[in-house]
Amino acid sequence: MTLTEHPVRRPTGFRRLRGARRRGGGVPVALLLPALLGLAFLTLPLIGLLARTPWSTLPQRLAEPGVLAALRLSLLTATLATLLCLLLGVPLAWLLARVEFPGRRLVRALVTVPLVLPPVVGGVALLLVFGRRGLIGGWLDQTFGFTLPFTTTGVVFAEAFVAMPFLVLAVEGALRGADRRYEEAAATLGAGRWVTFTHVTVPLVGPGLAAGAVLCWARALGEFGATITFAGNYPGRTQTMPLAVYLALETDVEAAIVLSLILLVVSVVILAGLRDRWISTP
Amino acid sequence: MTGHLLDARLAVERGDFRLDVPLRVAAGEVVALLGPNGAGKTTALRALAGLQPLTAGHLTVAGSDLDRPDRHTFVPAERRSVGVVFQDYLLFPHLNALDNVAFGPRRHGATRRTARRSAGDWLARVGLVEHARRRPGQLSGGQAQRVALARALAVRPAVLLLDEPLAALDARTRLDTRAELHRHLVAHPGATVLVTHDPLDALVLADRLVIVEEGRVVQEGDAAAVTARPRTDYVAQLVGLNLHRGQAENNHIRVADDLLLTVPERLDGDAFVAFRPSAVALHDDQPAGSPPNTWPATVAGVQRHGDNLRVQLDGPVRVAADVTPASAATLRLVPGQRVWAAVGVTETHAYPAG
Repeated sequence: MTLTEHPVRRPTGFRRLRGARRRGGGVPVALLLPALLGLAFLTLPLIGLLARTPWSTLPQRLAEPGVLAALRLSLLTATLATLLCLLLGVPLAWLLARVEFPGRRLVRALVTVPLVLPPVVGGVALLLVFGRRGLIGGWLDQTFGFTLPFTTTGVVFAEAFVAMPFLVLAVEGALRGADRRYEEAAATLGAGRWVTFTHVTVPLVGPGLAAGAVLCWARALGEFGATITFAGNYPGRTQTMPLAVYLALETDVEAAIVLSLILLVVSVVILAGLRDRWISTP
Repeated sequence: MTGHLLDARLAVERGDFRLDVPLRVAAGEVVALLGPNGAGKTTALRALAGLQPLTAGHLTVAGSDLDRPDRHTFVPAERRSVGVVFQDYLLFPHLNALDNVAFGPRRHGATRRTARRSAGDWLARVGLVEHARRRPGQLSGGQAQRVALARALAVRPAVLLLDEPLAALDARTRLDTRAELHRHLVAHPGATVLVTHDPLDALVLADRLVIVEEGRVVQEGDAAAVTARPRTDYVAQLVGLNLHRGQAENNHIRVADDLLLTVPERLDGDAFVAFRPSAVALHDDQPAGSPPNTWPATVAGVQRHGDNLRVQLDGPVRVAADVTPASAATLRLVPGQRVWAAVGVTETHAYPAG
């Protein structure tokens, strides 16, 4: 009943696990062995990456213009894609969580489609709609001379298409978990729905929103299939880090390792930043 | 509508539940909706606030319709002149006390600076100036209650609504907060509707009680009238009286097939008779001379009740009797024991039920 229990609490999953182990006693070998194998399977490739890293030439390689251009493009497009997802995804999540309308279940199912769709298929679908001869793309091209495919904007579109479901689902979950009576309290104080949304709802779901945005950003940063299909692989324009890694692997393995290492570092930094908020949530 | 700031018939139908409560509150008046849990009090309050549309009836404040289903009029909560103190306060956890209070004035068009100044004044009025910068999580229950009250009053509402304002507090804090709340309610110039299941809160805070049971008003009046003449078991229990209904003829009321009670009042027809548990005397045997208002009963249970023991009796009517520990020891009261109950004629009070 006290107010201190209302703000979104961060369950401390790690601590609970430790307590469980203390109570649990012996762990059966039949569980322990596959568990350790699974852990090794997940961590060995990363260790291999670190082991093969050309540490001595690392500074020079990082300074190569191609690397910096790909990194800059990746960070830029992932950030723009996240902003686009926030702009469109948060209202969509709000609609799904707060408004009763016919076909809501269908809409939610549609939102999650890009989540399970192979990204390459997503890229093809984007081409069919936003391509120069696509449903909307043709009109955009003729009316405004505005072309999406094989441009940096196309990269942002491809990344946003793949990453938006992560944001929508995270924010919708947070909205459903938030106590709606705060919104009622705001209404009795004279706040309309928009002001209530910006001044009460968004701050209340802040942690969920932040987690969703970071998740969305990470997914956009790693996007490969839809990007290469829809936006192509032009250095400096549409060649993001994952594309550069893939290309480098065929010509210069060490360059691929260095690029991979950068992506790994970025991922770990995100993970560390999110640990409290998201990873430990059951 | 004459003289009443708030005039309403709150009718809400939701599944099996039906609420139908007529309510009129004058400016400056404090009305308590009192009733057991699930009686529909909170639904009534939500309807007043605009959080629950009426399905029938009407709600008029200061002469203008806020909710009138038959005319398709519904003013949403954010455009009503109401202030609500919610049961668990619902202070915005991301804002400090000052900004919580300033939230309302800000939404009503005040600049940030004016809203904050007004919020500061309200916090001063509830004695919490030094806590202005604290978040709700850092406030005690009593302080949070006062911030919630300040927040509701800061929009200068025509109608102030309080939902179980003291229920979330511990007994000690409740005592202090109740007294202070009373001071603020007296000072509030608008109409005040208070929802509570605690009779003490209602008696201390309200000018008039409206007793709601199962969505309907079962009794209404000032504290003295309600406590003197309860009309349902719920009210009788609230005020600590035995209440029975029966057919009256002159000084007699038949409350059961084999029990005719003698009362001081002369009445005819459907009537209530009420008496205090302490007026019921218990005897081992039938009192000599067969005085009126005696009957055989069975002890159903014995509990502590203040300095005395409260004995629940089964028999022609179910009755509570208060006895001193000394006489309980003499009678050696145990459940299942047969006793005789007696109530003096002058200890009873009868009034028409119609």
